[in-house]
Amino acid sequence: MNTIATVKIAVNALSINKMRSSLTMLGIIIGVAAVIAMISVGSGARAQISKEIASLGSNLLMVWPGTATSGGLRMGFGTTPTLTSDDAKAIAAEVSSVSFVAPVLNGTAQVVYGNQNWSTIVTGTTSNFFELREWPVVSGKVFTQRDVDGATKVALLGQTVVENLFGNEDPLGNIIRIKKIPFKIVGVLARKGQSPIGQDQDDSIYIPLTTAQKRLFGTRFPGMVRMIITKASSPDMIKNAEADITALLRQRHHIMAGKEDDFSVRNLTEMLSTAEQAAKIMSILLGSIASVSLIVGGIGIMNIMLVSVTERTREIGIRMAVGARARDILMQFLIEAVVLAIIGGGIGIGVGAMGSWLISYFAGWEIDISLFAILLAFGFSAITGIFFGFYPARKASRMAPVECLRYE
Amino acid sequence: MTGLIDTSDLTKVYKMGDVDFTALQGVSLAIKKGEFVAVMGPSGSGKSTFMNIIGCLDTPTSGKYLLDKQDVSDLSKNDLAAIRNKKIGFVFQSFNLLSKTSALENVELPLLYNGSPSKIRREQSVSALRLVGLEERKNHRPNQLSGGQQQRVAIARALVNNPSLILADEPTGNLDSQTSIELMTLFKKLNKENNITIVMVTHEADIAAYGDRRIYFKDGRIVKDDKR
Repeated sequence: MNTIATVKIAVNALSINKMRSSLTMLGIIIGVAAVIAMISVGSGARAQISKEIASLGSNLLMVWPGTATSGGLRMGFGTTPTLTSDDAKAIAAEVSSVSFVAPVLNGTAQVVYGNQNWSTIVTGTTSNFFELREWPVVSGKVFTQRDVDGATKVALLGQTVVENLFGNEDPLGNIIRIKKIPFKIVGVLARKGQSPIGQDQDDSIYIPLTTAQKRLFGTRFPGMVRMIITKASSPDMIKNAEADITALLRQRHHIMAGKEDDFSVRNLTEMLSTAEQAAKIMSILLGSIASVSLIVGGIGIMNIMLVSVTERTREIGIRMAVGARARDILMQFLIEAVVLAIIGGGIGIGVGAMGSWLISYFAGWEIDISLFAILLAFGFSAITGIFFGFYPARKASRMAPVECLRYE
Repeated sequence: MTGLIDTSDLTKVYKMGDVDFTALQGVSLAIKKGEFVAVMGPSGSGKSTFMNIIGCLDTPTSGKYLLDKQDVSDLSKNDLAAIRNKKIGFVFQSFNLLSKTSALENVELPLLYNGSPSKIRREQSVSALRLVGLEERKNHRPNQLSGGQQQRVAIARALVNNPSLILADEPTGNLDSQTSIELMTLFKKLNKENNITIVMVTHEADIAAYGDRRIYFKDGRIVKDDKR
């Protein structure tokens, strides 16, 4: 008996009992839709995290000043001015596994332009910073090493600052006042978006490091920086760079062997890949919970097929009497189950895609409906059909023709 | 005329719990091609068991059964299915048509299981329906047909594969007497004009009278064999 004829018979048999067939399918529809929606949400979350990692710049190492201990009281990171611009210069000169070094000194300041004012984070750094963060300007240009050397009063604005101070006006070449000191705007930075911790990275102003040290956030420690951002030359070099920087700074700070570092080196990429790992585990978890509902749907198919085999005992007898072999009967019921599962799977994909879209629309989450998820769910539903359809079909095929014909 | 059915010493024992029930105790019978045989006997006399075995729906516990000179007493289930498909047509008391399916598709059913292409299926089914005079009703479903018409669809289904043997198990049991006479006339015609061998179980003597030969069963044995 050919397959097309068998599929036709299966579709006919299913359409005779429409209500029952659609309820059976509903189990599969819900299962497949849940799998698709969960995988989409999960991989969307991962894509979001990857994007944040990319926005931060890759292979970054942050060097923070260490803790101060004052009378047994440990003060926390950044409380003593142990890192200086000279440390940054030394790292750039002596650590070969590092490709960029940017010292950073930042603080919050009130910024005024015309009759507008705005409070934002002002960061002093060197021109390397923008290469390191892979952060280009959309107009004007980045200040140069000469600006840093000469402590000139120039500034680069983030998009949020531009919006709040200038509205639609072009800020380039205008003068703003930061803590009452006039700065000339030499460039506007591209939009960067949120940082992984949810900070608006565009709400910022960048000025030469030396200007920040001397004019804005000066302390009694000359040359002090808040942190040093460095970029390892390649992902494989991150560990090396970490060790080299630690060794160099220990030497420069005259720390004896066995004493604690007065700074700390943190690997940002590692932290974020941990976050990515967590998101991955989350999406696997969600996916497996969703597949439980697919299994429940499969059991629904099995249940209905068993009922159907019993109800159609006489039909099985008739078919056997006119020459159907056990295999023909097996295929008939198996294909019926698979058709149920595949139609359910197809509808489920539609519902799942729509559900994912609704989630992204209302919850504002990023989603990612992948072909992989669709194929996975579809394949899974076909396998569910075969797996849960096999037992009832085999039961049907093993019945004795004489008893089937006698069945009332 | 040559032998079509040849059984020797057929027995059938059913296990019912711990008790063995012997439905057939040694039946030897020969039926030639072109015969019209009526099988009679009270309930439980073993005639249905006998019919099931010669219809290859069931296998004997012991004994030999030659159908068309081929020993079919211990063939596999699949081989038996193939024999039922090619050589035997069944007509049942309760018609046994697929209820949600048209007359034509019911008649096509045996052809579906021997891999005939759909065009040939259609042609053969239509001509089988023509033979029983129901060609114009081919798209009706069984519940849109009268009892006599349903039974004629069943006969068309039995004929569609050009079998050598038609087995009818009380074909008129659910029909009124007028329809019964029409049906028997059809059987007689198929037997005489198309030379189809018919073995028919019946309770009614006037129906049995249409046969050329009457076999009486009692307690699992043939007790009387009337040839005309």
